[in-house]
Amino acid sequence: MGKGRIVAGCIAPHPPHLVYAENPPQNEPVAEGGWEQLRWGYERLRASLADHDYDAIVLLSPHWQTYVGTHFLGLPHFEGLSVDPIFPNLFRYHYDMNVDVELAQAIHDEASAAGLPVKMMENPDFRVDYGTITTGHLFNPDWDKPLVVISSNRSTAYYSVEVMQEIMIELGKVTRRAIEASGKKVVVLASNSLSHRHFTTESEVPEDMSKEHITSHAMHLWDMRMIDYMRSGQAQRILDEMPEFTEQAIAESDGGGLSWLLSTLDVPDYPAILHGYGTIIGTGNAVVEWPCHAHEVSEQ
Amino acid sequence: MSEGGVVASFVVPVHPHTVLAPDQNPGWRNLRNAFDEAAHTIRNLNADLLIVYSTTWPSIIGHQIQADPKPEWVMVDHDFHDLGSIPYSFNIDEAFAHAWDDANRNRGLQSRCVNYKGFPIDVGSVVALTLLNPDNSIPAVIVSSNMYANRNETTVLAKSCLDVIKAQGRRAVAITAMSLSNRMFTDFIQPEDDKIHSLKDDEWNRKILEFLEQGRMEDVGQLSRTIHRQIRVQKVVAFKPMWWLSAMNGNRNDLTGQVLAYESIHGAGGAVVHIDPTPSGVGDKEYDEDDVEYFQGERGVLDSADEQSEDATPSNTTPEVSTTSSGPKLWDPVEGEDAVNTDTAPKPVGAYPHARRVGDMLYLSGVGPRQPGTNAIPGGPIHDEAGNPLDYDIKAQTQAVVNNVERVLHEAGGSLENVVDVTSFLVDMKRDFTGYNEVWAETLGRVGPTRTTLAIRSLPTPIAVEMKVVAHLPK
Repeated sequence: MGKGRIVAGCIAPHPPHLVYAENPPQNEPVAEGGWEQLRWGYERLRASLADHDYDAIVLLSPHWQTYVGTHFLGLPHFEGLSVDPIFPNLFRYHYDMNVDVELAQAIHDEASAAGLPVKMMENPDFRVDYGTITTGHLFNPDWDKPLVVISSNRSTAYYSVEVMQEIMIELGKVTRRAIEASGKKVVVLASNSLSHRHFTTESEVPEDMSKEHITSHAMHLWDMRMIDYMRSGQAQRILDEMPEFTEQAIAESDGGGLSWLLSTLDVPDYPAILHGYGTIIGTGNAVVEWPCHAHEVSEQ
Repeated sequence: MSEGGVVASFVVPVHPHTVLAPDQNPGWRNLRNAFDEAAHTIRNLNADLLIVYSTTWPSIIGHQIQADPKPEWVMVDHDFHDLGSIPYSFNIDEAFAHAWDDANRNRGLQSRCVNYKGFPIDVGSVVALTLLNPDNSIPAVIVSSNMYANRNETTVLAKSCLDVIKAQGRRAVAITAMSLSNRMFTDFIQPEDDKIHSLKDDEWNRKILEFLEQGRMEDVGQLSRTIHRQIRVQKVVAFKPMWWLSAMNGNRNDLTGQVLAYESIHGAGGAVVHIDPTPSGVGDKEYDEDDVEYFQGERGVLDSADEQSEDATPSNTTPEVSTTSSGPKLWDPVEGEDAVNTDTAPKPVGAYPHARRVGDMLYLSGVGPRQPGTNAIPGGPIHDEAGNPLDYDIKAQTQAVVNNVERVLHEAGGSLENVVDVTSFLVDMKRDFTGYNEVWAETLGRVGPTRTTLAIRSLPTPIAVEMKVVAHLPK
């Protein structure tokens, strides 16, 4: 068995509006469109990776929120109906997904050995969170790759962004080690927005794009600052400024996904590709790819 | 129909241990026994409605109210999935849910009902309804906890709920599904090792329970922000339930409280508390915060760019007075028997008098805010001649209506004091009720006529409010 590797790492945000606007057959509500810049960003991301084969997707979702340790889906198959409790008018999605339990268990075991509290989720009645479903659909609408789904440990709430980062950086390192040991080719996804201040009202037609914009100039500045670091290969600066970004932009990085992703990618110093940026009910969202495959080739 | 009200309130914990694993820890069993006792109390009170405010159902777009008459699914906790699954099938009072939703919007709140198959009822609500209403014999309603809502919004949410309880004559039980201190252990523990996470959390929990046992609900509500800072982990929802529960009980400090159990659940403070509305006799002195009746905040404040993007229309400016001539042609008032007409009131838009006297009664035709002579609309018209909506000031329009009413009454030899009944028509109830209501309170509200307010689609001229007035005017 050869050494496993990470094909790409991506920020793949999960607002249900994107699935709603696309009108896939799995989703019950029907839309007239909307949020095209981000949906086309996802299209570009998929096209970017179309020629790169991989075995599994490893995804961390901030909407599987666990306060006691980090959890992993631990059964090979889940199906059911996912209804967003906040936007049930937009997202009622019939999902059917497979899990790479072997890889999930490997990451779990590696994390446990590193001293992190972890648990496999093996209750067949468990309903997979809508963040996982949304990102899973947008990244891979055919659902033809197994997933490893990791919960979002809410250590930011319990301690601080700094403590969260320590945990997530460690979780990223063990994720990378487990992937390498597995011999598999993997894409890793952090399912999160950037700035995350919502509007608290909804237009009569939710996809009315004349109502869509960033909530404030400050949020825009933070989003652009972070994206600029991504595009210029300065991942370490993102980690360095994570406490301020998380606090001042009320960023969804509080769930740890972005820190985990960058750690899993070994804090890349090469430029990421921005496939799309847009706002969703005022929150800032970017579809970003770190093309690890290209840099592994160049290092050979 | 008897007068409705809140016949009891309960604070109950949210975690699934009391349903799925009560015998793994004596404390969890104690909480479960307290749940059972509370269920028994509710049955004996002949309650006909359970209202659950759940901290584990966060919302963003206003408050959401469950309106599926029979939500069914299997709930598995995100953290404690290894304890098992909780199948549920609840009896939801759909009509009450919709009435509450309407009442919320009448009081200025953003609100909506949800009725979708497979909607994930949150763990706090599932635990509460499973244990407090095990045979589903009492219809229930569940409301979310808005993550951005402040004290005013949460208080008004309770008052709109009380509006409906009273209107329907219900015997309601108010339930907050919540932890006290909510800091859990962040590692896995054995059930026998469970305890309150820290001494500080325990001390604060006991202080809260001491207040509740003394019936000092409003004091606990007023301490909410402090409690949140002291012993709450900033999850999605802050320590808001006591604002709601206090308002549901009239913001009183003389209730009768009983702590049925207080224990830890994986480190968090869980308590079952019964609040009886019966006055405890200890008096009700306290410092009152502003007791808000209507939410007048602007939750769309961050939408300012919406208006900027619509600069093709003149909607950014609110003219004090418009001289628009849009609308139907004007008529001279009809001079019939006992008709009352005056040049100081605006001309009719049809063949009718300003008012007509019948005996001691004076019946006014519908009165709008247009100004006599100029036909201008104080506060601005609601749309331009092309039908494009404009911003307008409902208070200015309402005041102008009252002034016109007064002019017609004056012509008949009376004044506002003679008004006995008013039917008001608003073209945008959601937007305008609050402002209209404020002007009413300052004018006709001081006189005390009966009133009915209706939402209608449009009026003949570009105005937002019209009143149909009946006055008692002895000759």
